[in-house]
Amino acid sequence: MATLHATTVQALQSNKLSLLTTWIESLEASGATRNVKEADLKQQANDFLNTLIAALEQGGSQNVNHENWAETRVLLEKLSHSRALVGQDSQQTASFIFALKGPLFALLQREYAEQPAQLAEQLWEISELLDALGMHTIRTFQKSRELVIKRQQEELLELSTPVVKLWDGVLALPMIGTLDSQRTQVVMESLLQRIVDTGAEIAIIDITGVPTVDTLVAQHLLKTVTAIRLMGADCIISGVRPQIAQTIVHLGLDLQGVVTKANLADALALSLKRLGVTVTKAV
Amino acid sequence: MERIPILQMGEFLLVTIQVDMHDQLALTLQDDLSERINRTSARGVLIDISALDMVDSFIGRMIGTISGLSRIMDAQTVLVGMQPAVAITLVELGMTLPGVATALNVERGMKLLRERVENS
Repeated sequence: MATLHATTVQALQSNKLSLLTTWIESLEASGATRNVKEADLKQQANDFLNTLIAALEQGGSQNVNHENWAETRVLLEKLSHSRALVGQDSQQTASFIFALKGPLFALLQREYAEQPAQLAEQLWEISELLDALGMHTIRTFQKSRELVIKRQQEELLELSTPVVKLWDGVLALPMIGTLDSQRTQVVMESLLQRIVDTGAEIAIIDITGVPTVDTLVAQHLLKTVTAIRLMGADCIISGVRPQIAQTIVHLGLDLQGVVTKANLADALALSLKRLGVTVTKAV
Repeated sequence: MERIPILQMGEFLLVTIQVDMHDQLALTLQDDLSERINRTSARGVLIDISALDMVDSFIGRMIGTISGLSRIMDAQTVLVGMQPAVAITLVELGMTLPGVATALNVERGMKLLRERVENS
């Protein structure tokens, strides 16, 4: 495999500034700089060119996985990560590298105007190199995006299952949305932990916001109820809508002596009664 | 040999499990407890597992067995202080321990035990 000539690297070094300007111009023209501050872009472009030239000067391998390229790789990883966070898409991120091709090819054309055979070879080499760097950018960009999505999913899970204290010794858990195994797990854990923390005797699970109850959902509910009972607290299920009651009966589900109430108010009234608290109207 | 202590408090027996249970320890406890209930004619047994943070199906079954054998010997059993992780594990293992009375902490457990003994 042919390598880049020393003259090419030298040409890069001596024309760095003009290269930088034309590169940034073409970046701005392509619209890849949206949401990125101009100063940041300049800094990133400058850093990239510096590390690129430094890596090339160390010579040898064109393989971007080689340790000579470690600095460049880290720089690109940081860059694609920050791009993912400001919400740029993969195309915009990749153009950062690919926009360098234009100015670079023009430079090489000037440099090797007299030697067409060498020009073709050098062009091919530099093109390969930039492609590899671009691919690396996209890979890390995708990874960063996946991380963002995963984090958001987890946050959504936590957000959708708040445990609220209704009374001294009474906790309520209003469930919103479909219940799957993963959510039940999170719900169960946070509710049980709160029971330990607060020493609550009664936990109310409100399923008004659960659109459908099938056998699987009912099984998850039963698991939660059983776990609460094992911990030594009582559990009431409230918010059983008429359709849901019908479904449960039609499916022939056995809720095994679980206390169910039509709405949260009834469940609270029952808990207060069990706690021996009476609420009277002030005249 | 390692043993789990069984303390007597009036007509109740108190068992606090503060080490990781292994099978032999569980079997010894089962023997010791039945023997103690027989000797002291205790009316109630309180098992505190608040320090237990790991269970397997064997320990789960043992808890059920202890509760069952105490009941036959006319002693009520209350299980207190189960950790959330333990409760989830038992449920996932399908061991719902039907018929075992539970309470959040020792204080409430004693209250429940007295009520049950009075009613029995």
